[in-house]
Amino acid sequence: MTPVPVPDPGPDTGDLLMVATGLRKTYGATPALESADFSIRPGEVVAVMGPSGSGKSTLLHCLAGIVQPDGGQVRYRHQEMSAMPDAERSALRRGEFGFVFQFGQLVPELTCLENVALPLRLNGVRRRPAQERAAQWLARLEVDTVAGKRPGEISGGQGQRVAVARALVTGPRLVFADEPTGALDSLNGERVMRLLAAAAKDSGAAVVLVTHEPRVAAYSDREVVVRDGRCRDLEQEHAA
Amino acid sequence: MSIGHTFLGLLESGPRHGYDLKRNFDERFGQDRPLAYGQVYATLARLLKNGLVRVDGTEPGDGPERKRYAITDAGVTDVGRWLDQPEKPEPYLHSTLYTKVVLALLTGRPAVGVLDTQRAEHLRLMRELTRRKATGDLADQLVCDHALFHLEADLRWLELTAARIDELASEVTR
Repeated sequence: MTPVPVPDPGPDTGDLLMVATGLRKTYGATPALESADFSIRPGEVVAVMGPSGSGKSTLLHCLAGIVQPDGGQVRYRHQEMSAMPDAERSALRRGEFGFVFQFGQLVPELTCLENVALPLRLNGVRRRPAQERAAQWLARLEVDTVAGKRPGEISGGQGQRVAVARALVTGPRLVFADEPTGALDSLNGERVMRLLAAAAKDSGAAVVLVTHEPRVAAYSDREVVVRDGRCRDLEQEHAA
Repeated sequence: MSIGHTFLGLLESGPRHGYDLKRNFDERFGQDRPLAYGQVYATLARLLKNGLVRVDGTEPGDGPERKRYAITDAGVTDVGRWLDQPEKPEPYLHSTLYTKVVLALLTGRPAVGVLDTQRAEHLRLMRELTRRKATGDLADQLVCDHALFHLEADLRWLELTAARIDELASEVTR
């Protein structure tokens, strides 16, 4: 894994893994985020919910450094992400973050084993140890039987479990999951979430889980609702 | 739930004492609400009176004699009829939540706050059930799933109502 330099310790973020403050993002004339705040602790699973078009995915993309916010800042382990050069941000995404999306994330030409091994190979791990570790993760996600198959030859549920294995194979500290069960039926969605939550817990990874499904959100430790471009922790407000 | 019919169903596989019936019932169906002994014996007395069970034998116990109950042919017919009959779906047309939302709007209180508070409470329970599923057997998982789907339906209603709260406000305060 490429070490990411720490440019500036910045304000103390305590035991928080990631802190975003005052995030703003506008698409054309449409504001997606308006002064959104967000934080997550190591190992915590936070569900991000909200109506369609509320800015959930934009928030995830800003947190993951995929999209540059128009304003505000995202600090990951005391590093201000927007201040990083692109190459450093990419290295951070490859080494520290994992991603699970709803669709089209596996490379169709590669086998499932090669797909899972891919992030390790990109990080410079040699082929054999990369494939050994990938095989372990496929087994952990109960899809070792499809290791030699290509994504087009397996079911949607199996594909999502392969994608989860790929997201976790590098041992990320933070996993971004955007509607990971959105295209699956209840039973398969349930299985993906159970395995994702358990595997993340075991490996100590935190998860930002964007979903519109309450039953998926119920796997989280905490829920944040994006409404009018801002994040609200309703349970915390309710408890206060 | 009809405790009487459930007892009859359990007795179809063989005679049991009241205590065993209660234990079987609690294990399979009474996860959160175990039966009180008073309920068990009152139900058995009713089934006995209606000829759906009979006393199959008595054994001396520490206190009063322990009766063993068996299902009768009439009981078998009765439980079969009950299983064949669809349950009347709950119409859900009288909702305390809806009443609270409307009253909040009528009295100028923050109705969205009512919805948010309920949402947080629903999600808290959904988390608890999801955790319980992780350690439970299949029966426990299915019982929890039944509750989770209902809670999810409520949450969807809460979201929909929150999205239409301004429309509702103008209607109820007109």
